[in-house]
Amino acid sequence: MSKELIRLQNLTMEFDGERILDGINLYIKDHEFLTLLGPSGCGKTTTLRIVGGFLTPTTGEVMFDGKCINDVPPYERQINTVFQRYALFPHLNVFDNIAFGLRVAKMPKDEITKRVNDMLEIVSLKGYGHRNISSLSGGQQQRVAIARALVNEPKVLLLDEPLGALDLRLRKDMQNELKRIQQATGITFIYVTHDQEEALSMSDTVVVMDKGRIQQIGRPEDIYNEPTNAFVADFIGESNILDGVMLEDYKVRFFGRTFKCLDAGFEPNEPVDVVIRPEDIDFVPPQEGHLVGTVTSVTFKGLNYDIIVDFKGFKWLIQTTDHQPEGATVGIRLNPEDIHIMHKSEYSGLFGDYSSYSAEYDELTEDAADEEE
Amino acid sequence: MKKANRVITILIFVFLYAPMLVLIIGSFNEGKSLARFDGFTFEQYAELFRDQDLLKLLGNSILISVISSFVATVFGTVAAVGICNLKPKMRRLVMQLTDIPMTNPDIVTGISLSLLFVFVGTKMLGQRDSLTFWTLLIAHVTFNLPYVILNVMPKLNQMDHSLTDAAMDLGCTPLQSFFKVTLHEILPGVVAGAIMAFTMSLDDFVISYFVSGMDFVTLPVEIYSYTKKPIPPKIYAMFTLLFLLILVLMITMNLLQLRSDKKKVQVGK
Repeated sequence: MSKELIRLQNLTMEFDGERILDGINLYIKDHEFLTLLGPSGCGKTTTLRIVGGFLTPTTGEVMFDGKCINDVPPYERQINTVFQRYALFPHLNVFDNIAFGLRVAKMPKDEITKRVNDMLEIVSLKGYGHRNISSLSGGQQQRVAIARALVNEPKVLLLDEPLGALDLRLRKDMQNELKRIQQATGITFIYVTHDQEEALSMSDTVVVMDKGRIQQIGRPEDIYNEPTNAFVADFIGESNILDGVMLEDYKVRFFGRTFKCLDAGFEPNEPVDVVIRPEDIDFVPPQEGHLVGTVTSVTFKGLNYDIIVDFKGFKWLIQTTDHQPEGATVGIRLNPEDIHIMHKSEYSGLFGDYSSYSAEYDELTEDAADEEE
Repeated sequence: MKKANRVITILIFVFLYAPMLVLIIGSFNEGKSLARFDGFTFEQYAELFRDQDLLKLLGNSILISVISSFVATVFGTVAAVGICNLKPKMRRLVMQLTDIPMTNPDIVTGISLSLLFVFVGTKMLGQRDSLTFWTLLIAHVTFNLPYVILNVMPKLNQMDHSLTDAAMDLGCTPLQSFFKVTLHEILPGVVAGAIMAFTMSLDDFVISYFVSGMDFVTLPVEIYSYTKKPIPPKIYAMFTLLFLLILVLMITMNLLQLRSDKKKVQVGK
């Protein structure tokens, strides 16, 4: 795409002996829209604050354009931030808030007026210059915060859960707006969110984080289709995650059956996690199914039904537009492209189980295996 | 029950304000005795403004109050910002330490300051008169500081700290961000602290009594010597004026507080 702009090398961060970041390595390209995604406490905001210069990493380096900027204070970085709660200055009106950075930089007055007015137009707040911050709605305050950061024409814009306080509809509008602004200005965006949908729909690159470590870096499609471990598979969308054994390349055995798949490069007979996305599963008449189970619950979701199917005790989530009544016996077929194989990780067994137990499941697979042989 | 409550409330106000009322009435009395009202007059006030000595003392008091409250406000605000940036454990400890002088009996503070000044002055600097305007000023700044910190601290805690981050993000050095953002946010607290310091300083007698020398005396210290002989009614007039001054300051302080609270509520929406 384009050249590398920021590189984080072996970042660790400790607060009072507690490790918040644990070996973060990441590079960010110019003009990229990169999202740090993870649950609260995963270290995403800490990473952002380190890039912004508000925190100094315990070890490791932040490189900007090839130079280490660990010791460069925030006010000397070509980086601006949109804060979580906007952090607009209550004693200044909209115009003065946006003009703040330019005035500190001692820009000529008419230039400031021109740039602030241009910016107000970009964020669709023309004519709001004299309004008081407290008289604005959440969405409007949000746009002032973005304008205040962007007007300085930074190389990089950091956004810390900027849409978290907005309601759903407004959030969707602002997502489109932000994407449009990013493409129009070509400024590199580093975006922090815990909303996976937001991350997938806006980003060029998604960085999934948990427990202070990067779990996976990739394009949204890759993250969704090829999760590296059970945490990512579960955090990004819904997943049924099963224990399996990779017999050989393209052949995986789980639930007492051997399935063809598209994955290779595992050890022979390596225990693996098998991911099956709920929307990839199609119902077939019971006699044609690879697996046969009973519908235990049906929830209407608008676009589709969330159907929980009990396969001899192990419950799967299936998302489909075909309605099945509760108690119905259904069959499913799994095509090779529906199956994704992951190496075992510390997260194995913690996610992707829609029944509430796992002990009985082990017995079940053994039973099923016996049956087949 | 409700009635009893009301009666008690009224009684409390009577006890609180009756002495002031007597004084105010006395200041308009033609006669010399407080026991009998001989007719209404402004003569006591005219008398007061003719008394150069008394006016000079009042000037001294106001001078020391203004300077000491100003110095205490500057130092106290800076100290509060520093304390606020400490780690929680350290912050609690330091706040305890700054609170103690407020509860310490004035007489103890006064005597210990006096001992310190005399010791430093005579033993270390070799002065003959070690108690001067400057020792009085230092003493006043000292006992005013905790009141300023006490008023500024809650404002700092209430403030959204990402505001200073935002200021630095937009190119402010820490000092610039203090003046451009933090100060605006905590201003009601700073003003309240300054007013409180001013009033504490203006009416302080005990500490001033021990640390002032012969050449610079404040009003309360001088008045104290009057109590041994009959108090001239012009003193009542002066007290009335002082009472009004403090009243105006207190009302201003409360109005400021009210306005900033209202603003907070609006932003919170």
